[in-house]
Amino acid sequence: MTATSTKTRARLACAAFAATALLTGCNAGAGSSDPTTDATDAQGSTDGEDATASGPVAAPPPDGSRSTETVRIGLVAEPASLDFTTTDGAAIPQLLLDNVYETLVTVDADSGEIVPMLAQEWEVSEDRLTYTFTLVDGVTFSDGAELTAEDVKFSLERVSSDAWTTSLKAQFDVIDSVEAPDDTTVVVTLAEPSNSFLYALTTRVGAIFDTEGVDDLANTPVGSGPFVFDSWDRGSKITLQRNDSYHGESPYFATVEMHYFRDANALNNAMLTDAIDVVSTVQAPESLAEFEGGGYQIVEGTTNGEVVLSMNQNEGEPLSDPTLRQAVRHAIDHQSLMDTCWAGRGSLIGSMVPPSDPWYEDRTGDFPFDPDQARSLIAEADAEGQELRLRIPTLPYAVACGTVVESMLEDVGLEVTIDELEFPSAWLETVYTNEDYDMSIVAHVEPRDLGNVFGDPDYYTTYGTEELRTILDEADTGTEEEQVAKMKEAAALISQDAAADFLFLLPNLMVADTDITGLPENAIKEAFPLADLARD
Amino acid sequence: MILRLLQRTGVLLASLAVASLLVFGFMRVLPGDPARVALGINASDEAVAQLRAQFGLDRPVVVQYLEWVRGLVLLDPGVEFVSRAPIGPQIADRIQVTLWLVLAAMLLAVVVAVPVGVWMAVRHRHLDGVVMSGLSQVGVAIPAFLAGILLISVFAVRLRWVPSGGWVVPAQDPVGFLQRLALPAISLALVQAAVLARYVRSAVLDVLREDYLRTARAKGLRPVEALWRHGFRNAAVPVVTVLGLQLATLLVGAVVIERVFVIPGLGSLLLDSVAKRELLTVQAVVMVLVVAVLVINFVVDTLYLIIDPRLRAGAR
Repeated sequence: MTATSTKTRARLACAAFAATALLTGCNAGAGSSDPTTDATDAQGSTDGEDATASGPVAAPPPDGSRSTETVRIGLVAEPASLDFTTTDGAAIPQLLLDNVYETLVTVDADSGEIVPMLAQEWEVSEDRLTYTFTLVDGVTFSDGAELTAEDVKFSLERVSSDAWTTSLKAQFDVIDSVEAPDDTTVVVTLAEPSNSFLYALTTRVGAIFDTEGVDDLANTPVGSGPFVFDSWDRGSKITLQRNDSYHGESPYFATVEMHYFRDANALNNAMLTDAIDVVSTVQAPESLAEFEGGGYQIVEGTTNGEVVLSMNQNEGEPLSDPTLRQAVRHAIDHQSLMDTCWAGRGSLIGSMVPPSDPWYEDRTGDFPFDPDQARSLIAEADAEGQELRLRIPTLPYAVACGTVVESMLEDVGLEVTIDELEFPSAWLETVYTNEDYDMSIVAHVEPRDLGNVFGDPDYYTTYGTEELRTILDEADTGTEEEQVAKMKEAAALISQDAAADFLFLLPNLMVADTDITGLPENAIKEAFPLADLARD
Repeated sequence: MILRLLQRTGVLLASLAVASLLVFGFMRVLPGDPARVALGINASDEAVAQLRAQFGLDRPVVVQYLEWVRGLVLLDPGVEFVSRAPIGPQIADRIQVTLWLVLAAMLLAVVVAVPVGVWMAVRHRHLDGVVMSGLSQVGVAIPAFLAGILLISVFAVRLRWVPSGGWVVPAQDPVGFLQRLALPAISLALVQAAVLARYVRSAVLDVLREDYLRTARAKGLRPVEALWRHGFRNAAVPVVTVLGLQLATLLVGAVVIERVFVIPGLGSLLLDSVAKRELLTVQAVVMVLVVAVLVINFVVDTLYLIIDPRLRAGAR
């Protein structure tokens, strides 16, 4: 129980930031050619029996592919600092994770499985409490220090110390102890079995730091990844250089420049005028027309970004009545909404699970578009003409979709007032912290965030019923099959209770020069892997 | 004259003090806690409180204010909460960028507006003068950001003559610098030139109607000659006033134009810092703008005294 509640707190939607992420960052990620089967086995290979795998890590650098070229990538939100241990927001791990910092294990871009990174293999004990990792030999940090088991122990323990301040640290509350019996062996013991532990290791909390390299994380990150941090022109770009002593396959590009734009038009113009080579995330899908048939490649995949229409269910609020919430779900024509406000790009999900998760089920049939049904539910709830405040953050998808939601709800007899709140500050304070809203729209882009967003009654989504929390707890501590079954049950419960409405899943849209290869099709993890990029 | 200057300096200092209080006060009532923005939406209240303490936000407001003012006087506005980066050097970097932009725009505006304004005044009864006057009216109505977007779509995206945005340091790449400076400076200058030209026109028209100019013309000077010898100094007084005011608006206009052209100037720093709730950075940038505007006014006032001896006499 403790594990669940803490975990629930834990990745608790980096939501809002996630939302920025989505905008900015959420194209991060391990792509997968088949999102429906992808990730089904994320923990699979490791639970129970020995899991030995040989990943892409040990491959020798093919010197022929090394170039002196620079690739310029356009993104939307500049990080506030380079230290994700004390600063939240998706922009930092997007830039640094897997590129500058590495983790013990990572999510494979193609299969969605958890595969080796710094750990060449690992064993899980019978009782699923002890994880023994064997590290790859000969890994050095960019400051020249050797990466040993001590660094891993230091990094994992540091997450639970006061040094880490962001809420994500709670993911490691389940860790009982970390030992480093020799230079290449790390033993992690959990307080109770946890299906999400190994997955958490692939995220930013799993980043391995140099014991001597954490003095100035905000400005001077030191990691073991394929790139090293080079420079930061605040307000415009961050430059990474290829790590020439990298232990794995050397990246193709010698230099990567991340160019930050606040404005979607400016980003598109930069692409149209050749000032950048890749648009990492298209902010306005209708603008893709500018690039179609114009000598650009357009990548369209999926993300973890569920665009959630949250409904305040606190006692005394109009939407605490499930009948009225169900009416709202019936009143929204999701396909037409997505067509109108996001140019039809994206996918309909019906609950809090993206197709790339193992426990995905199509739940769009739970509340089909049915205005008459909505009207009769409203009558049943005695809520004709009920006034509702839709308080949306100033994010492109929220602003665009907010007016559509407003008109659809007014069609069935509700009175909706839209307030736009500056994101993140004003939205955080009003909607997130004070829960002073009736409905809001934010994309939750954290991977596997169902429990975080709906498992806690104190979270701004105000759901977190006892029933759901029990199911989530059973899912995390149970076997892998139980986890999948229980998570499906949880998603069904959230949908049927109309804990919120799920407008659509954001697409991963990228534009790039035609000769750029290695772009991740799907953005389903925190990092934007740069090492795979190359030019034909 | 000296008394007058001392008086003005006193007003300048008092205005600065009031402005600093207002800026500090507004920042403290702005919703959005910097610590919570840094820690993310799910941070525990304890963690937020701890970070607030680290940022020094838990100290009495008066202490925070005095500390801040002390920093300003010593030209050290402190460090950013989240990145721990010192604010002073950032402002110094950004201000150079903005100054290039504002000065280029001002220069362009003056170079265009003065001859055009004089032309419009001298030819105000002729068709060309009237047409130009109408055009300047249109110029006044076009917001700089719109001009910027239009210029980008034509000269950067279609014609590919210049980049659509970004910035390079002039010493590093002079050609690239001028290419990147051109469109934003023109966007800013368009409105300014139109406004300024209209002022020049009316100032010159006023002067043209003065008796001394009629006398000069009666003595055989052509209108432009008469204007040049006798009228210019007089027409300059209202024009300098407007120039001063415009310089101030330009600084503020640059905030928007920097966003349109992705220029890392003071404006971008201001907007980014507001979003991140980097209160100290916002305060410092706003104070820089306030100081700039107040100093401009001060200089304009002083210029009056130099241009127009009558004001000097009045001051005694």
